[in-house]
Amino acid sequence: MKRRDFIQKASAATALVTLGGLGLQSFTNIDKTSKITILHTNDVHSHIDAFSPGDGRNANKGGVARRASLIESIRKENPNTLLLDAGDIFQGTPYFNYYGGELEFKLMSKLKYDAATIGNHDFDNGIEGLYAQLPHAEFQFLSANYDFSNTIMDTHTKPYKVFIKDGIKIGVYGLGIELNGLVDPSMYKETKYLDPIETSQDMTRILKTEEQCDLIICLSHLGYHYKNNPNKISDLALAKATKDINLIIGGHTHTFLSKPTIVKNIEGKNTLVNQVGCYGINLGKIDFYFDSDKNKAAKGTSIIV
Amino acid sequence: MRFTHLFILLYIFILFGCKQEKLQLIKIEGKQIKITNTIAANSEIESFTTPFREHIQKDLDSVLAYSADTYSKSDGKYNTAIGNLMADAVFSEASPIFKSKTGHNIDMVLLNYGGIRSILSKGNVTKRTAFKIMPFENSIVVVALKGTQIDSLTYYLSKSKTAHPISKLKLSLNKDYKIIEAKINGKNIEKEKTYYVATNDYLYNGGDNMTFFKTNDSLYVLNYKIRNALIDNFKKADTISPVRDDRFTQK
Repeated sequence: MKRRDFIQKASAATALVTLGGLGLQSFTNIDKTSKITILHTNDVHSHIDAFSPGDGRNANKGGVARRASLIESIRKENPNTLLLDAGDIFQGTPYFNYYGGELEFKLMSKLKYDAATIGNHDFDNGIEGLYAQLPHAEFQFLSANYDFSNTIMDTHTKPYKVFIKDGIKIGVYGLGIELNGLVDPSMYKETKYLDPIETSQDMTRILKTEEQCDLIICLSHLGYHYKNNPNKISDLALAKATKDINLIIGGHTHTFLSKPTIVKNIEGKNTLVNQVGCYGINLGKIDFYFDSDKNKAAKGTSIIV
Repeated sequence: MRFTHLFILLYIFILFGCKQEKLQLIKIEGKQIKITNTIAANSEIESFTTPFREHIQKDLDSVLAYSADTYSKSDGKYNTAIGNLMADAVFSEASPIFKSKTGHNIDMVLLNYGGIRSILSKGNVTKRTAFKIMPFENSIVVVALKGTQIDSLTYYLSKSKTAHPISKLKLSLNKDYKIIEAKINGKNIEKEKTYYVATNDYLYNGGDNMTFFKTNDSLYVLNYKIRNALIDNFKKADTISPVRDDRFTQK
């Protein structure tokens, strides 16, 4: 073989390899996929320990230390995971009575919760009692319909937060239940309750249009549904009356669902509503799959529950 | 040379072509994972909580009294042994405090059926028992009500047909749920007289639709939790053996 020929062939081969590499890279870029995992709890009510084997209803269920292991393994499998809580963190075991919620917040911080909304029982030691435990919480409290501006909680909550995971923008906002009639006014002081539907219309506009979110999640303590009072605002009612919400994570009613509920929103599009009972017995897991392939996207979003 | 051109083209393609690709949501999968003893406990979390748990358990499990039987709030239609125990405990523990603060006597007690959160089991009674029966932080308040408001209170009880715990009030209904007897301390209720009614802050603020507390002469906040009244009451007793009686009946 002549030397010149060899060089030509060798460089051609190198070029081909490079081309192959580039080709492959550009191919994956064209069909990029992403998976976002949303983990959630609600109404844990200070249930730090698992239920004892002798418990009449929930024997051997729950427990923060087990939840920690489970969440760790899910995060290992998919680092693009958010962990959220829909309120009523406080009240239900002596841990709360003895330590006022300090342990609950410290443990949620150790489990790396990303955000939580505020439930009615989170006011059980008064708004001062909630405020006093905030230094122990390394996660964001979200509430879009509690106006705390005349209270000690002012500036300590945000209406919404945008998380970016694997390039996907996830907007999460919080909603609380009407406190009047449910919580002693001396506990919530001058907290103003705003209409959840109007608040949601504002939030979804901001998150969709201004923040350009790919996913919108409502973290709600409104309650799943009120059979005897269907006009009362609930997660199901909210889902029907709004648009652009992908997932409502609920609480308050301690509702155990066999699977997440699919609700047609005001535009006829699907909104998912989920709640996982109470006391840390279950962990909700919703996976959102994204794909850049237009052919796949054209088929719409399939929901497997 | 041809390759170089191709590279430039490819780079342009990667830089511009792919940037325009917006990711679309194509699939959602939802499920619920049960947290059971098949999942190993995280040892760091476990060792963090252990000292707190041990402190609480030691304090909670110290024996205060002995319960002669098991008592449940579903044991009777209009009054139950456990409800009577709670209302009577609030009366006897709050009375001296109220008397020393105001010089008045508590005339009656009204709590709510929903506020009894657990049964009282036969055997040792501990602080834990009090926490189970009354996990909430509600405190005792005394409300000065005119006899007319007491009439609203008894009317509420006749309509609710529920064993809301009462003490020192006697109420009888006929078959049509009409009140045939309503007495405080054995005497008929006088419309213009002021009665001092002990209840909890939740009910005072209209909880369980007890709206009659709102029209009152005055409110006295004792800063004394219902649960602490129970604990103090248990401490004084050796054996606890409450009974269902005739304080609220239907003839």
